[in-house]
Amino acid sequence: MSNISFNKFYRKFNILSLILIVISLVFLIFKGLNYGVDFKGGTLIELRTTDKTNNISLIRDSFNQMNLGDVSVKKFGNETDFIVKFEKQNSNDPEFIKNIQNKLSSSIGDVDFRRVENVGPKVSSELLKSGIIAISLSLAAMLLYIWIRFEWQFSLGAILAIFHDVIITLGIFSIFSLEINLSIVAAVLTIVGYSMNDTVVIFDRVRENLRKYSDIKIFDLTNISINETLSRTIITSVTTLLALLSIYLFGGEILKGFSLAMILGVIFGTYSSIYIANPILVALNVSQRTIVKEEKD
Amino acid sequence: MLYFSKLRIISVIVFTVIFSYFAFSNFVKFDDKFFSKNINLGLDLQGGSYLLLEIDNRPVITQKLQAKIIELKRYFKEKQINLKNFSLKGDTILFETTDNEIENVKNILNDKESDVNTYYPTYKSHEFDVLEDGNLFSLNYSRYGLVLLKNSSLDQAIEIVRRRVDEVGTNEPNILKRGNDRILVELPGLDDPNRIKSLLGKTANLTFQFISQNNEESFGTEKLSFEDGSRDAIVSKRIILSGENLVDAKPTMNSQTNETVVSFSLDRVGAKKFGKATSTGVGKQLAIVLDGKIISAPSVREPIIGGSGQISGDFTFQSATDLALLLRSGALPAPLNIIEERTVGPDLGQDSIDAGILSLFIGFLLVILFMIYKYRAFGLIANLALVSNLFLLIGILTLFEATLTLPGIAGIILTVGMAVDANVLIFERIKEETKNEKNPIIAFDAGYTKSRTTILDANITTLIAAFILFFMGSGPVKGFSVTLGVGILTTLFSVYFIARLLTSLYVVKNKDKEQLL
Repeated sequence: MSNISFNKFYRKFNILSLILIVISLVFLIFKGLNYGVDFKGGTLIELRTTDKTNNISLIRDSFNQMNLGDVSVKKFGNETDFIVKFEKQNSNDPEFIKNIQNKLSSSIGDVDFRRVENVGPKVSSELLKSGIIAISLSLAAMLLYIWIRFEWQFSLGAILAIFHDVIITLGIFSIFSLEINLSIVAAVLTIVGYSMNDTVVIFDRVRENLRKYSDIKIFDLTNISINETLSRTIITSVTTLLALLSIYLFGGEILKGFSLAMILGVIFGTYSSIYIANPILVALNVSQRTIVKEEKD
Repeated sequence: MLYFSKLRIISVIVFTVIFSYFAFSNFVKFDDKFFSKNINLGLDLQGGSYLLLEIDNRPVITQKLQAKIIELKRYFKEKQINLKNFSLKGDTILFETTDNEIENVKNILNDKESDVNTYYPTYKSHEFDVLEDGNLFSLNYSRYGLVLLKNSSLDQAIEIVRRRVDEVGTNEPNILKRGNDRILVELPGLDDPNRIKSLLGKTANLTFQFISQNNEESFGTEKLSFEDGSRDAIVSKRIILSGENLVDAKPTMNSQTNETVVSFSLDRVGAKKFGKATSTGVGKQLAIVLDGKIISAPSVREPIIGGSGQISGDFTFQSATDLALLLRSGALPAPLNIIEERTVGPDLGQDSIDAGILSLFIGFLLVILFMIYKYRAFGLIANLALVSNLFLLIGILTLFEATLTLPGIAGIILTVGMAVDANVLIFERIKEETKNEKNPIIAFDAGYTKSRTTILDANITTLIAAFILFFMGSGPVKGFSVTLGVGILTTLFSVYFIARLLTSLYVVKNKDKEQLL
């Protein structure tokens, strides 16, 4: 078993986490998130051109001539593949996409629309609302579960660890203007589950050790528990990261954002189980009496 | 924990084999229907269109309110109660009555047996809410009256949508109600959704109206423009014939003009009406109006009494076919708007499948190698559990014919990464136990027992996330929650039955060795 003094760095890493959270919040509040068409409404077209000389600016120019509002064009994987997004979506005109395709073909040659997503303002605001509800609901459900299973000090530690992971992951998405779409919501929910999972494993051990040793202070007890579960923590995060890395590298462009969010979430989730959840037990001065009292009740 | 009875061993094997078999049935074709189940591929993998249509009920509501005014007038006239100053203000019907009739009118409108304001006992509500202020009455659709109206117009619309989609002939379309004003249309494997979109976007309200002799708009006439936008015409509001009287329509070639036309035939009532109107209107121009636009306005040369006719007007064969299809399937009760569309081309779908399978194999391989490197023999056991876990997961998805989406594939890969967690927890615990316990069988047993709550806790948290995602998420994301959730169940099975069985066999056989794990 390893014997690393994680507890010596509780304070330093707490300060680091606090700084990261503040930076994330500042970006989330002032810069906001880069919502995709799912949440903002508008149109997304993934297109493949036959003419290799087509580049981003050429495609942007031809779209700009069509009065579609703000147009953004990005390369998407292949040389000839592009993602075009614009504000306008026209639910009253069923020929809307067809007309765009015709105009485009006449200006830059044959194009294949590989994917079209067209989301009206009503639907996008509903999707955003249900995404926020889903994330809040999962946080509430986790809180409830851990509150039933553990004492309140542990619940607080676990929930703060989850908030930490979610805020920083979203903060990174805000800083780098990465797109937030439906699959990112799925990723965030999975991060919540994973982070909780990781914290629970350490907490179970802390509780077991609290029963075993009455004379060891919580500061050292958390350290023992972290060390005892460390090799499991490492192995599981490595295998999960291997799987996610494989999705990120080989799973195609569509899953890139999703797997990136998950990778960030797993890294921060593992870190927060050690450096957020445990220091909170220390701060709340958890002792053998905490769990014995609860068990008597 | 390590003891397995014979019966249990056999059940585990049988269970695993059956589900693995279903997993394989995706790749091998069998003749028997029951044995050759397949995972459904989501629209993002097989290509196709997802359309969410919203019905715009405003015209229907206005129409119904206007009809209600006529009904109220007639009803009270029969009862010899004098009502006056009928008007429609927004969605409210207003009228006045004389002072001594106020109570009488109120009673009629609020009577539970009322014919003119239907009472729905199940909802404890009338069709209309009635308010009165002195002798001024106002009628509004009640909450339930509006719900019923919307439901009936949605039911009609969904029927028409189904007919139109069926006429185009796509394979296995999925048409579902969503709430009380939306229709979800899923069209798998559709190459070009544009045609269906433009067919569903048309109300297809066909009327025949005479063009007025006057050049000025007046009472009883309206100004309508031609389909091609070239000019306007003043048309009489009187509808001679509407699409409801059509029994058939098809594209044909007019042999005299060599034009593509849509020929139609009428039911008996329609034929009679049409014959009468055309005999009195010889020489006049008859406008054929579709959704408020004039398609063409031929002159009536002779009475048309056979109950069939032709619609001409710059058609291509395609547009004539589409118009005929729309006329055959009937008019929508209200316009439909496409408020969400997601279309994936078939080649992108195939690319996604390829990428998904590639990343699954690579992820799987990496995890397997890592586990063998970490645990040797026990890594092999964990890997066998992992392989059967994968078979079970795919087998269950196949058996229930679940829909596999691209995020769903990601969920399977993620399951592969997280599934080893339970075995890792057990193995690590056993390592700790072996330090104090020399008898390996007791140590292994303790390892399993002591890690059990932790494993359950850890998996329940992920299961909660999957559950919420399943109920809140839509489409592809739902597919992710399904694989993630089912993945947890198969993981627990593979760990507690398959891996534990293999571990116990291995430990019992090698109990005299120095260090097992």
